[in-house]
Amino acid sequence: MLRMIPVREAILGSAILALMLLIASRFAGFIAPSNLANVFNDTAPLIILALGQMVVILTRCIDLSVAANLALTGMAVAMINVAMPDLPIPVIIVIAILLGAAMGAINGVLVWKLSIPPIVVTLGTMTIFRGIIFLISEGKWVNSHEMSAAFTGFPRAEILGLPVLSWTAILTVIVFGIMMARTPLGRSIFAVGGNPHAAVYTGINVGKTQFLAFVISGALAGLTGYLWVARYAVAYVDIAGGFELEVVAACVIGGISIAGGIGSVGGAVLGAIFLGVVKNALPVINISPFWLLAISGSAILIAVAFNAQSGRKKGRIILKSEEVPHD
Amino acid sequence: MTAHQHTPIVSMDMITKTFPGVKALDQVKLDLYPGQVTALVGENGAGKSTTVKILTGIYTPNGGTIRIDCEAVAFSSPNVASEAGITAIQQETVLFDELSVGENIFIGHAPRTPFGLIDTTKMHSTAKALLDGIGAPFSSHTPLRDLGIANKHLVAIARALSVDARVVIMDEPTAALSHKEIEELYELVDSLKAQGKAILFISHKFDEIFRIVDRYTVFRDGAFVGDGLIADIDENALVKMMVGRAVDQIFPDRSSATGEDVLQVVGYSHPTEFADIGFTLKRGEILGFYGLVGAGRSEFMQALFGITKPSKGVCKINGKIKIIRSPADAVANGIVYVPEDRGKQGAIIGLPIFQNISLPSLGRTSHNGFLRLAEEFKLAREYAERLDLRAASLDQDVGNLSGGNQQKVVIAKWLATQPQVIILDEPTKGIDIGSKAAVHEFMAELAALGLSVIMVSSEIPEVIGMSDRVIVMRDGLIVAELSDKELTPENLVRHAAGISAAKQLIEA
Amino acid sequence: MTDTNAQTRMIPDRLDSRAARVLRSWEALLLVVAIAIFVANSFASPYFLNVWNLSDATFNFTEKAMIAFAMAMLIIAGEIDLSVASIIALASTAMGLAVQYGAGTPELVVIGLTVGLLCGAFNAVFVTVLGLPSIVVTIGTMSLFRGISYVILGDGAFRGYPESFAWFGQGYVYWVFTVEMLFFVIIAVFYGILLHKTNFGRAVYAIGNNPTGALFSGIRVQRVKFMLFLLTGLMSGIAAICLTSRLGSTRPSIATGMELEVVTMVVLGGVNILGGSGSIPGVVIAAFVMGLVTFGLGLLNVPGIVMSIFIGLLLIGVIALPRLWAKIAERKAQ
Repeated sequence: MLRMIPVREAILGSAILALMLLIASRFAGFIAPSNLANVFNDTAPLIILALGQMVVILTRCIDLSVAANLALTGMAVAMINVAMPDLPIPVIIVIAILLGAAMGAINGVLVWKLSIPPIVVTLGTMTIFRGIIFLISEGKWVNSHEMSAAFTGFPRAEILGLPVLSWTAILTVIVFGIMMARTPLGRSIFAVGGNPHAAVYTGINVGKTQFLAFVISGALAGLTGYLWVARYAVAYVDIAGGFELEVVAACVIGGISIAGGIGSVGGAVLGAIFLGVVKNALPVINISPFWLLAISGSAILIAVAFNAQSGRKKGRIILKSEEVPHD
Repeated sequence: MTAHQHTPIVSMDMITKTFPGVKALDQVKLDLYPGQVTALVGENGAGKSTTVKILTGIYTPNGGTIRIDCEAVAFSSPNVASEAGITAIQQETVLFDELSVGENIFIGHAPRTPFGLIDTTKMHSTAKALLDGIGAPFSSHTPLRDLGIANKHLVAIARALSVDARVVIMDEPTAALSHKEIEELYELVDSLKAQGKAILFISHKFDEIFRIVDRYTVFRDGAFVGDGLIADIDENALVKMMVGRAVDQIFPDRSSATGEDVLQVVGYSHPTEFADIGFTLKRGEILGFYGLVGAGRSEFMQALFGITKPSKGVCKINGKIKIIRSPADAVANGIVYVPEDRGKQGAIIGLPIFQNISLPSLGRTSHNGFLRLAEEFKLAREYAERLDLRAASLDQDVGNLSGGNQQKVVIAKWLATQPQVIILDEPTKGIDIGSKAAVHEFMAELAALGLSVIMVSSEIPEVIGMSDRVIVMRDGLIVAELSDKELTPENLVRHAAGISAAKQLIEA
Repeated sequence: MTDTNAQTRMIPDRLDSRAARVLRSWEALLLVVAIAIFVANSFASPYFLNVWNLSDATFNFTEKAMIAFAMAMLIIAGEIDLSVASIIALASTAMGLAVQYGAGTPELVVIGLTVGLLCGAFNAVFVTVLGLPSIVVTIGTMSLFRGISYVILGDGAFRGYPESFAWFGQGYVYWVFTVEMLFFVIIAVFYGILLHKTNFGRAVYAIGNNPTGALFSGIRVQRVKFMLFLLTGLMSGIAAICLTSRLGSTRPSIATGMELEVVTMVVLGGVNILGGSGSIPGVVIAAFVMGLVTFGLGLLNVPGIVMSIFIGLLLIGVIALPRLWAKIAERKAQ
């Protein structure tokens, strides 16, 4: 527990720094504090969703419906804002979180109570949620002039030099950091993913923990749904299309093992930041944004190969000559 | 110690447990007394693991009552059982590699700060106290994955103490321990007894039972057969209760006529698991491989069978050098391997019996790559009969069979390939006495038919009784080859443990 | 294991007759569902029972089914390939690029198939040689393959495919039967035989149920898995040829989301997503069911994105309902 900065995160951190320096050599303005703040702000939704996905993947599940959840919640609160422009923003945020959590709960219940594999559940709900966006909006967009000023202004409001959107991400990181390390739920999440069989013996309800993981992921998706439509000031059926893949990519790059039980808050955040830096660097160094998909795909492959290498247990050490002094 | 312990802490009375089609427990009785070790004795399938699962709250009984301190209780979940003071130490670790020792001890019941967060300072200080109390040589901050099996058992015991367990269930706790670690475990059991805990001890090893146990309870086929003080009974009587008939550990008579060299291994080495393994195997011979758990025997056998790759070494079959880099290569050359882990490595649950049996022999039963079911059934029928398999039909899922019958299917599938060399890794581990004898009979038959058998075993009577020669391994190296007069328990233990004089390490 | 009655015991080969086994299967249930949907559709719309409309409807599922057969075997073996739609995109882009350089139909076919095979091999190496979990590998290649298409094509499109190329996606063999339907039948038969009648197919089931046990039984697990990924890539290549030929153009966004429909078709067909069981006839019926649902809804002018709600519900419902049933039955028995 008192190991100094873990190896995986250190390597990823250095890779990000190296990348930034490389970009700075071509375009010094990239590492200007105001630009870095912009990059962080831009990456904030990814960071928040990556934390939610981390929790799900740690419990040996996966949530492919997060982008659809985000989009549906975003559309819903946008339409609420159009219908009731005087509704205070905190209420809107609460509604967004609850809606997202409810959708997460649907995923969770199907996994917990009917033991349907998460990949099947979330593939299904992904298409169902997207379809529902069409049904409630009749395919129409909600545009910025229809949204109230308070609605779109909130994520951009600056506190101490950073927009609320960035602060939300920072707050989420802190909350999750504490939750994963210091709360019984957090430790149970690691236990469930690491050894679900044993978890039962210690009185942990595996299914319920996975249910809660989906609810958390959904709630964060809901929150991000509001932040997204408010910040980009538009809501339509296809927003955040394919974003769930970026979210999973961020987790994989961050060292979170798809087999469950292994991963960290730091890793998820660094994974998201890595993708964010790449995305923002491309236009600056004159590489077409069409490269982003290929780059993130390669990053996933490299990260997964690297994770597997470092996690690979060497064969049992039996020969005395090869022995390391052990307990 | 025994005088005032008339009231059991835990009392199971008329407990019945049924599953679809199977009555696992039929009105059984079991009492556990404070400060005493009770052995639960019985063959495989007698109902021991079902009993443990009922006591730990994983299963609920269909009938009967469980009483704690004379009051009836019902465990709706493992948590409730744990809170009632019952805890279990199993063979497979039921702990979490990614968490620290302290967290493992306190998972599910960690001390909290007023805000609801885990109080890590208090958790680790309490954990340290517990660990010191049982003489554990590691800190509570150590990640569990850095510990070996013996130390993981210690963590499990510390966990039991942390929940103030009054009843500790130990299910085959010494299975993977070295002699020294087993002695340490016995000392721990004594200290738990002194603290007034009731211990339920499940083991197949009679030497252990007679060493540390106070009372015994015998189950047979899910029914209660008898109980009493261990001082009032002897081995033979206990075995008789277990199987319902007197069984002597007699080993089949064998002629020692062996033929020419079938297999020659020279210099097999692996970077970390074994080095310079070499021997010759003759036709019709049974070659035993003895050693402590972790000596590297299974690892070598798996390399010989092609599962893992040796870093160097030569293997000659019938005089010709063969390169074996995969199980398919090994089988093609007539070497087959019946693994220790029947469930995961032996039978393929999900496939029917006949497909399990025909799997390595598809080359013979199929035609140009196309399956011929009639041929497969024919093959399966032949070997099912030879091995006296008990099953409802050959197209049943092999997972529906009992452990002993699954083992027969595994052996059948390898025999069907008509091998020259069959490697059996702990073939009678965890099998009851009656079935053990059957497997030994069978091995003798195979040798008489001209097969060569390599038997990896950790049971001295079996190794001495069945083998023509025995190779002893220690820490990945061959340290002795014994036969005839030199093949004695003392010599085996001495070479396996690496001591000059075998004193107290010999049981019986 | 002693037997006091020492008579020779004959264990029967099978307890049930073949008919009984067939009737109780998932495939039989699915067939009933397919017939029910067919009947419902014929009442719902007067255009349904027109042979030419039905023939057009087959395009809804033929391309996906071609991939689904290979995907089914892969999933039965315990793996998955989420990059199939992206392989289509890359193969289509490669063909489109070749057209700009004057390639004719035969060259295009070769290119389509080769790209499919190479992508399949790429996946295969990461999963079998490097030992990485196929779900993350193929999430990675899903982005990589389509990403390369975007790099090549940007937001443009390739057109100008030779006329003879249109035969694959737009041609007819005889009367209402399209070329794609012919391919569908041939491929279905091929995979039906491969999975159910050959040693290779048996190995697939063994690996899916217990990969360690299969290895220990002498099956060359890695080799089998490698082949399965190659086949999936190849089928994606064939589907790319058919789809590109049918559309007559290529965009990097071609076939977006198709991997989910393929997986749905496989799971609907009774294949266990965790591996070990499933059949080709099941996937065939599932293809028809999905085709009927999409076609029927299309006739009622339901927009595509709403149709996918139905597909999503179908996917979850098909797995959830039997489990729900079992739970209720269990509750009643207690």
